[in-house]
Amino acid sequence: MSTVAENIGQKRGPGRYAGRTVVYVLLIAWACTTIVPLLWVLLSSLKSSDEILTNAFGLPDSFSFVNYVKLNEYGNLNILRGFANSLLISGTVVLGVALFGGLASFVLSRFQFRGKGLFNVLFVVCMLLPQFAVIIPNFMIIKELHLNGTYWSVILPQIAGNLSFAILMMTGFMAALPGELEEAAVVDGASIWKIFWRILVPLCVPIFATVSIMIFLWSYNELLMPLVYLPVRDMQPISVLLSLVSNAYGTDYGAMMAAIAISIAPLLVLYMISQETVIKGLTAGAVKG
Amino acid sequence: MNFKDKRYIVLFLSPTVILLFAFLLYPLIQSVYYSFTDWYNFSNEKTFIGLDNYRQLVQDPVVGIALRNTLILTVGAIVLQAGGGLALALLTDSVKRGFKFFRTVYFFPIVISGTAIGLMFSIIYNYDYGLLNAIMRAFGLPEQVWLTEHSSIYLVLFPILWQYVGFYFVIFLTGISKIPEDIYESAQLDGITGIQKAFKITIPLLRDVIASCLTLATAGALKVFDVVYIVTKGGPMNSSELLSTYMYDKAFNGQNAGYASTIVIAMMLLGILITVLLNKAVKKDTISY
Repeated sequence: MSTVAENIGQKRGPGRYAGRTVVYVLLIAWACTTIVPLLWVLLSSLKSSDEILTNAFGLPDSFSFVNYVKLNEYGNLNILRGFANSLLISGTVVLGVALFGGLASFVLSRFQFRGKGLFNVLFVVCMLLPQFAVIIPNFMIIKELHLNGTYWSVILPQIAGNLSFAILMMTGFMAALPGELEEAAVVDGASIWKIFWRILVPLCVPIFATVSIMIFLWSYNELLMPLVYLPVRDMQPISVLLSLVSNAYGTDYGAMMAAIAISIAPLLVLYMISQETVIKGLTAGAVKG
Repeated sequence: MNFKDKRYIVLFLSPTVILLFAFLLYPLIQSVYYSFTDWYNFSNEKTFIGLDNYRQLVQDPVVGIALRNTLILTVGAIVLQAGGGLALALLTDSVKRGFKFFRTVYFFPIVISGTAIGLMFSIIYNYDYGLLNAIMRAFGLPEQVWLTEHSSIYLVLFPILWQYVGFYFVIFLTGISKIPEDIYESAQLDGITGIQKAFKITIPLLRDVIASCLTLATAGALKVFDVVYIVTKGGPMNSSELLSTYMYDKAFNGQNAGYASTIVIAMMLLGILITVLLNKAVKKDTISY
């Protein structure tokens, strides 16, 4: 396949490289818009607030992690604690979705029963349902279930909110797997429970990984649910604390930059090690409510 | 493999079904009911007031502002996100090298939370320590108050639009890679130029992809909350309000959960309406190569 630049080149010889250069300049210019703000945050997090003002763009005079250490001093708004809360909440959400979603997908892809189609409709409806549609009633339901003030107040609604998408993904994957191993296991007298854990789960590791990565991303980045459901400062995830930082830190911009940098760090790592999965997953998951 | 044991069907599906009913379907019905009530401070007292909330909604000037802002966001998403993504995808396709690098860099902002991006941009717009005023100082220009009643909506939408260009870039790039080469080869023989190729072959053949991007961009506009909540909280003077931030404000600051529920139902109806209309508008026979 020939390219725009090559075609321009065919028409007018020396223009070939000019066309290519213009294209690269445009592409690199856009790349800069995504890299420069992040670089700015990272570099600024190593500067003092004064230096952010006087030396906005340069490298820091001396690399210091003072801003990161200082995050621990904002007792009521401890970003490091929020980071730990985020990992605990999102980790539990991922485990819950993988377990309940895995079991439900196993039934939907391997069992025959009446009303199966109805479940598919249920999952599609629940997947498309946006979170804001249920935020006010859930605020009350959490109180009625006496979950308020516990981590479960954000974990359970997030599991519910992500289950349908996970089940639709996993059922599709499981249905495409050949059933011969399971048939052999049945002949050998294995129980259903054993077939699930020993045969299906190992075969489904790729789809569990994909779904888990995406749900971790969504859960880690979620703001509205923890903001409403979990008003206890000590238990809030980093997303909620970030929303309060600009008021609480006053003009301590160095600390704010460090807070942003810490919140982005796990995402950066996840993106570096599983970029293909993240890109494919997030484009496929755009329909989720 | 077809299992039939009813005990396992019930056992494996029940956690999922219970969670979906408890935190999505039952609350959805509650939301509809609340929208017809007068209900303050999340008290036990609710009075049924019929369509009064809906009458108030139609006359509410802030709802008008929010709808106008949603429209601006939608148009921006279609033109800048989807259009920008398409342009970048065509450019990237025209040069052979660096395609992986550009995809990695362009997609990265999507992985980051709206909260972190919002905080980053509120620091960029900040008067004293902001990046924009640092640039102004560097060029010897007077410093500006950036977030005003007139500019707020555009400044608050900018990060959202910027963040998702890479998303559409990836979708279009995938679409382009699916177009078979021989179509281009035969056009090549007819002496087509690069730009003609883009407009006469690639873009028409991407019609289905473009249609689905339009739907995603429009539906996505109704889901925006985080960035606006962080950067302006809908202010100053409600000028950058979206339905989502207005709903949050009414429910959890104004303590008027009845009216907030009405906004929720309006958002859902609007979303359904737009999706149905768009599907009708773009539904023609699909392209097969």
